[in-house]
Amino acid sequence: MRRSTPKIPLLGVVAVVALLVAGACSSSKTATTATTVAGGGASTTAAGGALKTVKLQLQWFTQAQFSGYFAAVDQGFFKKHGLNVQILEGGVDIVPQTVLAQGGADFAIAWVPKALASREQGANITDVAQIFQRSGTLQVSFKNKNITAPADLKGKKVGNWGFGNEFELFAGMGKAGLNPGKDVSLVQQQFDMKALLSGDIDAAQAMIYNEYAQVLEANNPATGKLYQPSDFNAINWNDVGTAMLQDAIWASTDKLKDAAFQDTTVKFIEASIEGWAYCRDNPAKCRDIVVAKGSKLGNSHQLWQTNEINKLVWPSPKGAGYIDSADWDRTVQIAMGTKNADGKTVITKAPDAAAYTNDYVTKALNELKGAGVDVNGTAFSPITVTLEPGGN
Amino acid sequence: MAGVAQVRAFPERAVPVRAVPERGARVEAWRRRVRRFVMFVLALVVLAALWEGYKWFGRSVDDHVFGWRLPARSDNGSMPHVWDILRRFGQPERRGTSHSIGATVAAGAWFTFRVAMAGFVVGVVVGMALAVVMQRFRVAERGLLPYVVLSQTVPLVALAPLVVGWGGNLTLFGVRWQLWMSVAVIAAYLAFFPVAIGGLRGLQAPGDEAVELMDSYAASWRQTLLKLRLPAAVPYLVPALKLAAASSVVGAVVAEISTGTKGGIGRLIIEYSREATSDPAKVYTAMIGAAALGLAVAGLVGMLDLIMMRHRPPVGSET
Repeated sequence: MRRSTPKIPLLGVVAVVALLVAGACSSSKTATTATTVAGGGASTTAAGGALKTVKLQLQWFTQAQFSGYFAAVDQGFFKKHGLNVQILEGGVDIVPQTVLAQGGADFAIAWVPKALASREQGANITDVAQIFQRSGTLQVSFKNKNITAPADLKGKKVGNWGFGNEFELFAGMGKAGLNPGKDVSLVQQQFDMKALLSGDIDAAQAMIYNEYAQVLEANNPATGKLYQPSDFNAINWNDVGTAMLQDAIWASTDKLKDAAFQDTTVKFIEASIEGWAYCRDNPAKCRDIVVAKGSKLGNSHQLWQTNEINKLVWPSPKGAGYIDSADWDRTVQIAMGTKNADGKTVITKAPDAAAYTNDYVTKALNELKGAGVDVNGTAFSPITVTLEPGGN
Repeated sequence: MAGVAQVRAFPERAVPVRAVPERGARVEAWRRRVRRFVMFVLALVVLAALWEGYKWFGRSVDDHVFGWRLPARSDNGSMPHVWDILRRFGQPERRGTSHSIGATVAAGAWFTFRVAMAGFVVGVVVGMALAVVMQRFRVAERGLLPYVVLSQTVPLVALAPLVVGWGGNLTLFGVRWQLWMSVAVIAAYLAFFPVAIGGLRGLQAPGDEAVELMDSYAASWRQTLLKLRLPAAVPYLVPALKLAAASSVVGAVVAEISTGTKGGIGRLIIEYSREATSDPAKVYTAMIGAAALGLAVAGLVGMLDLIMMRHRPPVGSET
């Protein structure tokens, strides 16, 4: 029997697929271009030099947590330093330090303990600027539960997020002499606060700039009005002394050996800090910038977040972004010494010296001081934000 | 297409090719459609009534029956009233804007639909190509089939960030790789599987005597494929395509959630669910949008079914 070779026009199939892809591409251009934020239309600086494209990977969707970077794009701070910064949003399964280590981005925003865990598993990355000087994690409970210190958690239903977000809580309980496995009943917490409001959890984890605000935007059935801060107790890990460093700018350790990239890093940090200073001085405008970039969060929620983030960044006695060795050492110590519900620590051995460096941030801070930018924010005073129902 | 081949492909069902349906049959078909639509609306009403009924019951017994807690809390924070959810569709997404939640959800569903369809088309092309190759070469079937099956055991949440990572620096045909393309690839990854499996089964469906007949005509491999095997595969492909369409939507929504791709209904679900504490009705609008998208795709594939099977006896017509 004759078996001729198939004469399926393979090229034709490829062309059709390509056309379809291209067609779908052009029709959804408006939606897709919004996912990256280019630094303005022009591709050259005022001086005439070409802009260097730099990608920044965020931990999460566009929100005020990252307002400084959006402000630096919007206000042209990056462009001023010859950078065209594309901001890549995060997602549920996007691990910024992994994207960074795989070369998908030039810089990434990540919490220090999580990045150190990735580092121990082989991600060759370095903390080049510690933007958040303080931790934003709280343990929130209703006033009538009388939980004002970690020791009060004894015998209570304690919510925690897991996935490496729980170590400040566990260190705090350990410091108070509690055995998290025996003395409290641990509850795996969802990323909303319904369990706290319905009483399934006595004390719930909350970020001061997000989940805590959500509670204050919810209706109190007893009064018919919004819940008030006076209805709750909140344990702040900064006060307890088990706070761990959070949002930092990370870069590839290998790329940092290159002089040109070192220069880019200094410029990136410099423009970022200028963006954060802008948000400190113009919280409402900064909120509007973030909203314009497509955040879905409501206006009052977003302003609350801007304000609370400002409190985590400012004041910054040693200069914004400077990595305080005491804070770093405490973070590393907790990451090595505290076991979570599964008996695991974040890291097993101390990270090497390349894990963080103040070289670039110091240069950036000196340049900024020379340009007259206030990098300490000693006079910073937060605004008062009134939350609306649903954060609207 | 060759009617002979079609009949030969189903020796057990030797019904002659159906002529154009008579007038009475057409009226009957319309009646059936109207009845189906009414039932659909009725089902929605029943669903809403069940929701509200559960809420009412839960409230009146404080969520406890004989000391057992009901599986879901019935308060307004966990189960908002149906009318509250519906009202949210018409309200602005954010204070001070005229853009309603309904419009945002519709735009998100439309975005996800297009991405899912791009994935569906790629998945069908890849799946059919695999099926043809596996049918043509025994070695390919033995070598590929286990991997085709294995491919579906890889969890999407592990795959999605990888695909995004690979696509990060890619340029295809002069077009920079976009995030939505990664989502489409993941949709295609789910969609190709039923097509490959169903297609292979279908292409292998013609009996030996049918293949021998083609051989006796000295028909080329391609002629046998086009005139015998493909028509015979259609009844196997129709359910496979239905599965593929549903999978591509699921894949697109999950991939959007996983990778945080902006613009689609999956992203809206995750964004709105973050506000579930203070605005519980909002997240249900996005979920309803996703459900509507699924129904729309199912409807579209149903039409495909009608078109592809129009010259064949309807399933179960013999009984």
